[in-house]
Amino acid sequence: MKLETISRLYVAIKRTARSQLRHPQSAAGTLLVAFFLILALFGPQLAPHRNPNDQSHDVRVPPTLDLGALQLGEHPFGTDRLGRDVYSRVILGAGSIFRIAGLGTLISVILGSALGLFMGYQGGWVDEVIGRVIDALLAIPALLLALVLIGIIRNLDFAAGSWQAALADNVILLVISVLYIPIVARVARSTTLDIKTREFVEAAQIRGESQFYIIFREILPSVIPSLVVEASLRFSYAIFLVASLGFLGFGARPPSPDWGLMVNENRGGFYQLTPWALEFPALAIAILVIAVNLMSDGIRRAVQKGT
Amino acid sequence: MSATDRNLLEVDNLTISYRVEDQWIPAVRDFRLRLQPGQIVGLVGESGSGKSTVALALMHYLSSNGRVESGGRLQFDDEDLLRKSNAEMRQLWAKRIKFVPQNAAAALNPSIKIGRQVMEVLKAAEGIDGHEAYSRMMQMFHDVNLVDPERVAERYPHELSGGMQQRVTIAMALISNPELLIMDEPTTGLDVTTEAVILDLVRGLISERDTGVVYITHNLGVVAQLCERVLVLYAGEIMEEASVLDLFQHPRHPYTLGLISSVPKPGQNKSAAQLQSIAGNPPALTRIPGGCVFAERCPLVIDLCRERKPPLETLGDGRLVRCHRWEEMEEGVLSSPPIPRPLVPPVNPPRLSGGVPQGGKGRKTLHPITSGGNWSGGNGQTLMQVSDLMKHFPVERNLREILGRTEPSPIRAVDGVDLQLRAGQTLGLVGESGSGKTTLARLIIGLEERSGGGLQLLGMDVRNSVRERSQDVLSKLQMVFQNPQNSLNPYLSVRQTIRRPLMKLRGFSAAAADAEALALLERVNLRAEYAERYPDELSGGEKQRVAIARAFASDPDLIICDEPVSALDVSVQSAVLNLLAALQDDHGSAYLFISHNLSVVGYLADTIAVMYLGQLFEVGEARELFQAPYHPYTEALVSAIPVPDPLHSSERILLSDDLPSAQNLPSGCRFHTRCPRKIGEICETDEPPWRQGDAGHLIRCHIPLEELTIAQSGLIPLDAVD
Ligand code: SF4
Ligand code: SF4
Repeated sequence: MKLETISRLYVAIKRTARSQLRHPQSAAGTLLVAFFLILALFGPQLAPHRNPNDQSHDVRVPPTLDLGALQLGEHPFGTDRLGRDVYSRVILGAGSIFRIAGLGTLISVILGSALGLFMGYQGGWVDEVIGRVIDALLAIPALLLALVLIGIIRNLDFAAGSWQAALADNVILLVISVLYIPIVARVARSTTLDIKTREFVEAAQIRGESQFYIIFREILPSVIPSLVVEASLRFSYAIFLVASLGFLGFGARPPSPDWGLMVNENRGGFYQLTPWALEFPALAIAILVIAVNLMSDGIRRAVQKGT
Repeated sequence: MSATDRNLLEVDNLTISYRVEDQWIPAVRDFRLRLQPGQIVGLVGESGSGKSTVALALMHYLSSNGRVESGGRLQFDDEDLLRKSNAEMRQLWAKRIKFVPQNAAAALNPSIKIGRQVMEVLKAAEGIDGHEAYSRMMQMFHDVNLVDPERVAERYPHELSGGMQQRVTIAMALISNPELLIMDEPTTGLDVTTEAVILDLVRGLISERDTGVVYITHNLGVVAQLCERVLVLYAGEIMEEASVLDLFQHPRHPYTLGLISSVPKPGQNKSAAQLQSIAGNPPALTRIPGGCVFAERCPLVIDLCRERKPPLETLGDGRLVRCHRWEEMEEGVLSSPPIPRPLVPPVNPPRLSGGVPQGGKGRKTLHPITSGGNWSGGNGQTLMQVSDLMKHFPVERNLREILGRTEPSPIRAVDGVDLQLRAGQTLGLVGESGSGKTTLARLIIGLEERSGGGLQLLGMDVRNSVRERSQDVLSKLQMVFQNPQNSLNPYLSVRQTIRRPLMKLRGFSAAAADAEALALLERVNLRAEYAERYPDELSGGEKQRVAIARAFASDPDLIICDEPVSALDVSVQSAVLNLLAALQDDHGSAYLFISHNLSVVGYLADTIAVMYLGQLFEVGEARELFQAPYHPYTEALVSAIPVPDPLHSSERILLSDDLPSAQNLPSGCRFHTRCPRKIGEICETDEPPWRQGDAGHLIRCHIPLEELTIAQSGLIPLDAVD
C-alpha cells in the first residue's frame, strides 16, 4: 500500500518536473530556489567566514567581486561598518529565513489542512462557526496582525525555560502559523466540499467507514494537489513576511545575519557609507521571492494540468 | 422532400489532428460528407469517435491545439471553408451557418435577458432591430412552441428550464434562416419527454425551410426518428453511410449491426434473451491500429483486416462502407435478432363487455402494495418494504417570509411512497428528472435522512442514516452509482477499492480479501491484471464493472443501481446490463434499478414503478408497462422513447416541459397540469385512486382502467378523450 502511494507520488513528481522543463521561467525559479536551499543547508561550510559577527576585518571595504573576471576576491560583497564580511553574512542568513519560512509553512499546511478537511467534511454549525472566526482573522491586514501579536508576546514576562518563553523566542513561527493556518484551511475546506460529494465518498459512507477514515483515506489524497500549490504559495509569502518583519525590526535581533535586519541596519546615513551592505541582502531577498514565485507558478500549472 | 441535386455541403478527405504532448494525432481521418438543402444527416458515434471534432471543424471552431490537415476539401455552397479567415467565417456565422450546442445553458449569456440576446443575433444577421426584430422574434418563439413568448423574452437564461433553454438556442439558430445548421447532441441531458418535443420541433422546422442539418448524436433512436441519411463514425473513421432505412434494415458493417442490436428495444426483457453486445473498448486515439480500426472487436475479423486497412467503398446504391467483408454482410453472415415491436398493436384487446372488470370500480386503496398487490412474477420472500416514505427538504425563508413570520413550504421530493421488493427481483424505477427517484434511492441506502415513513429490510426496521445502521444492515445494502468517473477513488487501485468492503463488512483478512477481490474481478469479466490499475487507466465501462464488483463484495441482498449505464456508450452499456443480469442470477441479489431510460429499465426489471413529483403513479410487471392500459404519464413516457427503428411510428404524446416545482405541488392529481387525458375538474381537486388491473398492475388515475385501455389501444383518438 505504501509502495503504491510512493510510486504514484513518483509519477506526479516526474510529471511536475517535465512540465517545469517546458516552461523555462519556472525551471529557472526552481533551480534558484534549489541554489538558495543549498546555501541554507551548507551555509557554514560555504561561507568563507563561519562566524557572521567576526569583526576582525577592515571596515567599509567595497565589494571585491569582479563579474567580468569571474573573481570573488577577499570580500566579494565588501564589509560593513563594523568590519563584518557581507558575503558570509548573506550566505549564513539564508539558513534562518529558510528555517523560519519553511517551518512556518509546514506547520500552517499541516494544521490548516487538517482543520479545513474537518470543517469541509463536517459542515453544519461547526463549519459555520470556525468559518466566521477565519473570516474575522483574514479581515485584519496581515502585517498589522503580525505586529500586534509580536507586541503582545514580547511584552509578556515569562519564566526562563518555560514553554511560553520558548514560544516567545519563536514568535515569528507563531505569527506565520496564525496568519496562514486560516488561509490553508480555507483552501482545504473548499476542495473538500467538492470532493465529499463525489460518489466514492458516498460509497465509503455506505460501508459505514469512520469519519477519520473517510477524511484521511478517501478525501485527503484528492485534496493534496491543491494543498501543494497552496503550500508553495504560502512559502513565498512567508519568505516575504520574514524579511519584512526583519526589516521592521520585529524579527531576528541584532547581530543575527538576517537579511531583512541587514537591510534595516544599513539604511539612512549608513547607506551613503556602505551601500553594498544594504544592496546585497536586499538583492538576495528579491531574487529568492521571485524564484519561489516562479517555482510555485510552475507547480500550480503542473498540478492543474494533472487533474 | 426537396431533393435537388445541388449539394449544400461537400466534404472530402477531411483529416483533423490534435496536438497531444508535441505530437499531432489524427483524431478524424478521411472524412466525407454530402448534404443537400433541407436534408438532415445524422452523424452517430460513441464517445471518442470524433463526431464532435467533425462538428467543430465544419464550424471552423477548432481550438489552437487542433488543425485540419491539408489535402482535404470543405465546400459550403460556393465557399471554400478551409481557406476562410476567422473574420470571413464570422460573416457566415452571423447568418448562413449556425450551431446548436449540447449545453444550452452554457451557450446563453447568463446576464442578458433572452429577448436582447435573440435580437442581437437578428441584428448581426440582417441588421434589423426595434419593432421589426421584436415581431420576428415573437414569431420564432411561437414556431419553437415557447409558451408565453413575451414573458420568456423578459427572462434571464437561468429562469428557464433545460428544455426551454434549448428551444431558445434553436430559435436563435433558426431566426436568421441559415442554410446550414450543425446540431451537436442538442437533446442529450434532457428528459425523454423533452427530447421528444425538441425532435418533433426540429423535424417540423426543417421541413418548412431549406436548411441542411448535420445532427450529431450517440443515440440511434434519435437518428432513426429524425434523419434521412446516417454516417456511422468509429475511432475517427466513417464505417458506413447509408439512408436511414438501409442502415437499420440492412447494415453492411459489423460495427453498425453490433450497435443496432446492442440497444435494448422497448419491451425487450432479460427473460427473453441476452442483449447483444460488442466486446472490448474502442482504441485509444494514440494507438490507432494499422489495419481496420474495428478489428479488435469485430466478430468477423480475418487476417486481412489487421494487415490492410479497408477502403471506404461506394456501393451500387450510393452507400458507403469501410469493411473487407461487406459483401458477406450483404449475404447475411451476421444477422441481428428481429426487433420486437410491442408498441404497435395493442396486445391486450380491450374488454368492452362481459367478463369481470378488473378492479376498475375506483376502489380507493391508499397503500396498494402493502394491502394486497399480488405479483405473479415474485414468489420470493419480501426483502424490502417501504411504507409511506417521505423526504421534505426545508427551504430557507426569504425576506418576506421572515417579516410575515410564515414558514415556506418544504420541497417535497419524496412524498408518500409505498413499495415492496422481493428477494432476487429487480424493481425498476422510472421518471423524469425532478421526479424524486434519486432521492428515494438515497433514502433507502441511508445517505439522506427520511422525514417520515418506514423502511423494513427482511422484516426488520432499518434506521434512518448510514451512521446509525448496524454492520449487518450495511452489508446487505449496496449501491452502484451513475457516474463511473466519480464512483472510484482515483488514488486507490482496483484491488484496494474492492478489498476494502471485504475486510470492513465481511471481516476478511488482508490476504483472503486480496484473493476474493481477484475472484470478484473475474466475475465482472476483468482480467486479474486489472487489480493493480488505477481508475484513470480504465475506460468508463471498466470503471463501472469495478464499481459493480465493489457493490457485490459484501454479498448484499439489495443493490441500488442509480442510472448505472446512462453515462456509458451504447456498445458498452449492453455488456454491463448483461453482466448485471448474470450476477443477479448467481447471487440472487435484488436490484432497485433507477433510470430515465425506459427501454433499459424494461430490459432488466421484473416490476416497474413510475414516479412523478414524489409519488408513484403506476406499478406493474415490466411487460405490462409497455401495453395499454398505461397511466397517462407512463403513456407519454413510453411514446417519447426514440425507438431505434425508422419504420416505427407511434403517435407521440408531447408533454409541456415545465415540471411543476416540488415546493408548490399541484392539487388533486399532481399530473393534471400536463396530463393530455385530463377528464375535468375532478383531476384538479381530488387525489386519484389506485386502480388494480391484471397481475397486480396498479394505476393511479381518475379514469377507470377499461376506459384507459380503450382510449390507448387507438380505438378512440386522444382528442376525443378530453
Ligand atoms: S474489415 Fe474486417 S475487422 Fe474490419 S469490420 Fe470488416 S470484417 Fe471486421
Ligand atoms: S387523474 Fe386526471 S390528470 Fe391525473 S392522470 Fe388521470 S386523467 Fe390525468
